[in-house]
Amino acid sequence: MSQATLAIKKISGHPGPVPGAGVERDYQVAKLIDTTTCIGCKACEVACLEWNGYPFTETSFDNSYQTMPSTTWKYWNLIKFNEHEREDGTLQLLMRKDQCMHCADPGCLAACPADGAIVQYTNGIVDFQQQNCIGCGYCVSGCPFDIPKFNPETKKMFKCTLCADRVSVGLEPACIKSCPTGCLHFGSKEDMSFMAESRAKQLREHFGFEKAGVYDPPGVGGTGVIYVLHDVTNPEAYGGLPKDPHIPWVVRFWKGPAKWIGNLAMLFGVIGVTLHYFRFGPKEVHPPKNGDGGKP
Amino acid sequence: MSTHVVSSPRTTGQPGQRVLRYTLNERIHHWVGFLFYLYCLITGLAFWSPYMYWLAALVGGGPTARFWHPILGVCFAVSMFWMYKMWDRDMQITEADRRWKAAIKNYVENDDQNLPPEGRFNYGQKLFFWLMFYGIIFLLLSGIGLWFVEDIPWSLRWLRYLSVAVHVTAALATIGGFIIHVYMGTAMVRGGFTSIIRGEVTADWARTHHRLWYEEVTKRQPPPGEAGSRK
Repeated sequence: MSQATLAIKKISGHPGPVPGAGVERDYQVAKLIDTTTCIGCKACEVACLEWNGYPFTETSFDNSYQTMPSTTWKYWNLIKFNEHEREDGTLQLLMRKDQCMHCADPGCLAACPADGAIVQYTNGIVDFQQQNCIGCGYCVSGCPFDIPKFNPETKKMFKCTLCADRVSVGLEPACIKSCPTGCLHFGSKEDMSFMAESRAKQLREHFGFEKAGVYDPPGVGGTGVIYVLHDVTNPEAYGGLPKDPHIPWVVRFWKGPAKWIGNLAMLFGVIGVTLHYFRFGPKEVHPPKNGDGGKP
Repeated sequence: MSTHVVSSPRTTGQPGQRVLRYTLNERIHHWVGFLFYLYCLITGLAFWSPYMYWLAALVGGGPTARFWHPILGVCFAVSMFWMYKMWDRDMQITEADRRWKAAIKNYVENDDQNLPPEGRFNYGQKLFFWLMFYGIIFLLLSGIGLWFVEDIPWSLRWLRYLSVAVHVTAALATIGGFIIHVYMGTAMVRGGFTSIIRGEVTADWARTHHRLWYEEVTKRQPPPGEAGSRK
């Protein structure tokens, strides 16, 4: 009986070593978005809706090529447009595919109070588990990219899953599959980083984009979605990509020291009043002394 | 105030007789507020720490707790507002409170014989009242921020973080007051718990703990030489 998907360690009657022995899988996955080759066709937006089973949403026209102002709970993938005026006065039409960044250090997960509502898989994908979500919206406060969105009907939070369902069976995410220019790539984080750096080098050396570089912000431990930008020193120009994203310090303090300070304070409060009772007991009511008109 | 009238035939306030301390209206408001606060406390603690998340199961699970917490929080704010209307005047800090505060160590150590006389509420009770009053204002404002967090624009995201910080701080402050309040109302000051349920205290109780109020409602004149202790 053949089990082709299982790796083989020993083979009977086989001359020589086991083929493929010692090969290790690179678990960390990443999506590479090369903003320099995006033409803004929005095929990825449509593919995202189709794969995840959402109908197209009503949009608003704001004199831009952008489909809507921001991602929504059922629109996880949005090309952000910006007519960027460069220092020499020329215009540059910047397009950036906006979606969950799948941070290595996810702020949504740090902020979430519900057991099992947000998980990070070993391949780096950060995924919401709606059956455990209570819809509190703490993830909104924790996210440095403003990604999680609330579904008012089911009262659950939603965002891009990096097509965890597809990736788990060896397929690339739907957006990647639909991209006609090859600006989207998917693979191991190591491969994508290498490819991104090569492209940035090419942009610097052969296309005159001296500030070209890779956006893989260390403030959140690196991301599962990395960008190649023409100007990595000004990510804000790309539809508000934060320059140095990190989990807000309030959220860090809230979910870290504040929890223990608060818990200990409450515990000591209860212990304190108990000890007070042991030491001093209840208050006595004093009957009036004779003829003093009420003085205890 | 008219609510402090001692009901007949207790007007003499003789030993063994009973004095009306809380009207039915006051008792109901107190316990309605308590229920709202207790619900927000249980669900709030569930959201606060993973080790207390099981508390949400007591009130129907996480999503249900999350649905009702802000709504009943607003109800608590309304109930607190009614208590404010009811008790605002009684809760003003007076000269008697300042004298009492200076001797608070005697109160903590149950050396009540060496305490300046207090009015209807003592300084500690007033402190708790104002802690809850201002606490709920901060909880309400920051709670609205947490409730509608997505409607706070990204450019004003500091408001999202401020809401978290304020809500947590104010909640912990009220919990501290709540622990002391429950302890004193049940275990420490005997007779206090009955008074907020049935409304009455004994004359001795009133004289011991709130002498100025006792004298006021029984229309008793202080004995000569003691007048100076009154406000």
